[in-house]
Amino acid sequence: MKNFSERVSGFAVLVGLLLIWELSVQLKWVVTPTWPSVSTVLLAFWQSIVDGTYLKEFGSSLERLAIGYLIATACAIGIGVAMGVWRRMYMLFEPLVELLRPIPSPAYLPIAILFLGIDNAMKVFMVAFASFFPILLNTVAGVRSVDPVLLDTGRTFGLNRAQIIWRIVLPASASYILTGMRISLAIALIVTVIAEMVAGNSGIGFYILSAQRSFQVPEMYAGVIALALLGFALNKGFIAIESRALNWHEGWNATST
Amino acid sequence: MTLGVEARPSAAQDGPEIAVDGVAKAFGDFTAIQEIAFEVPRGRFVTLLGPSGCGKSTILRMLAGLIAPTRGTVSFKGDRVAEPPSGMVYVFQQYTKSLFPWLTVLGNVEFGASSPHAARRGQPATRQECMETLRLVGLDAHAKSYPWQLSGGMQQRVAIARALVARPEVLLMDEPFSALDALTRESLQDLILRLWTELRLTVVFVTHDIAEAIYLSDEIVVLSHAPSRILERVAVEIPRPREQLATRESAPFLSLRRSLYKMVVGREDAQ
Repeated sequence: MKNFSERVSGFAVLVGLLLIWELSVQLKWVVTPTWPSVSTVLLAFWQSIVDGTYLKEFGSSLERLAIGYLIATACAIGIGVAMGVWRRMYMLFEPLVELLRPIPSPAYLPIAILFLGIDNAMKVFMVAFASFFPILLNTVAGVRSVDPVLLDTGRTFGLNRAQIIWRIVLPASASYILTGMRISLAIALIVTVIAEMVAGNSGIGFYILSAQRSFQVPEMYAGVIALALLGFALNKGFIAIESRALNWHEGWNATST
Repeated sequence: MTLGVEARPSAAQDGPEIAVDGVAKAFGDFTAIQEIAFEVPRGRFVTLLGPSGCGKSTILRMLAGLIAPTRGTVSFKGDRVAEPPSGMVYVFQQYTKSLFPWLTVLGNVEFGASSPHAARRGQPATRQECMETLRLVGLDAHAKSYPWQLSGGMQQRVAIARALVARPEVLLMDEPFSALDALTRESLQDLILRLWTELRLTVVFVTHDIAEAIYLSDEIVVLSHAPSRILERVAVEIPRPREQLATRESAPFLSLRRSLYKMVVGREDAQ
């Protein structure tokens, strides 16, 4: 019950701010075309839903996000497991990872454009590259944290190395891997929007920027709100999948500490 | 050496199930095991007894093929052990770390049933057999629980059930009950004796608990402090079936306990 009332008050702050925004325009506290009323913005939002603009723009954004993210996930888990299991692999790649990881993703955008042009390939690459590192680092940490007794247990039942990785190492480090994937999902969305703003002619990032450039101010705000809702939905959706996949983990954590 | 009254006729027929020949183990400069030799006949319950840190577990891990000896050989049914052989399963002291927390109790047991070692020993156990094995260890009502929802004793029972469905001939048990309270430990001792008899297993058991060693074993291999060597091999001539109260209060039990105590702890402290 307390939890419920806390949620309601958080929601009330949101509604209150929107109300102040609306009043600031209706009561002429702020008079400028760059600051439309909430009702105008919501109307533009609704129209963009109805006329299929969002379907089209989010469709192309989500497509490149999904492809880049899945490539990053597959590569990061594969390489991360190898680095976690084999010390030699770790020593081989650790300096490279530490060097590449801190580069802010917009910094290698010009390089990506140079090699891949301004089309989809560049954006998918940007998303994949930026999403790669959090998953990689978490996978390595997760694999290294697997208890040796668990690995010995696998060996005494006759599992070979591949089977130990598949049946023991991966599930045992799942919580680490999924945490990395959740961090990367947020990064993937950011990088998608940045890449679309810098170059290209489709996607929600492109849409918001071009709305601003053609003075469709309510549409611009509406696009940002739509993006906020998308980010929120992606995160919630991921958490739902994560907690289902790790339904054992919470209780296990509570008892093993 | 005299056998207990329940010794099985098969015990003496063929060669030893496990043979340890001139085995030594060093970790870097540290010599853990000096040089040991013993054999475990089929169907026998043999315990390695020694003070903490004497290398008992190291020996057991070499029997299991988990680590290789520096010198000497371990063989199982006449074949040299290099990798964990099928027909042998290891039960770890740290049951909380050995069970798979993402699998239910039944899931853990089915892991044993679907393991490569189980597959090499004929038709893998079905789900129904897994449930029967859980019943055997008294946990059929908890099949759907997760291991971490159970008490320590119950968790170790799950680990034992998981080992049994792989149809082993040999159980290697590394201080399996040392983390449990006294009453739970005694009930698990009786469980393991019952399973050993019913399933005609060979057991190699490691403990530092002298009374536990006597209560369970046909033979006790007494080890020294590291660098470890065999001080003595003692036959336990106490009749079976054994009972927690009667056996532990019997004269042979007490006198054996006394002499083992002197051996393990050292004569100077034993007065």
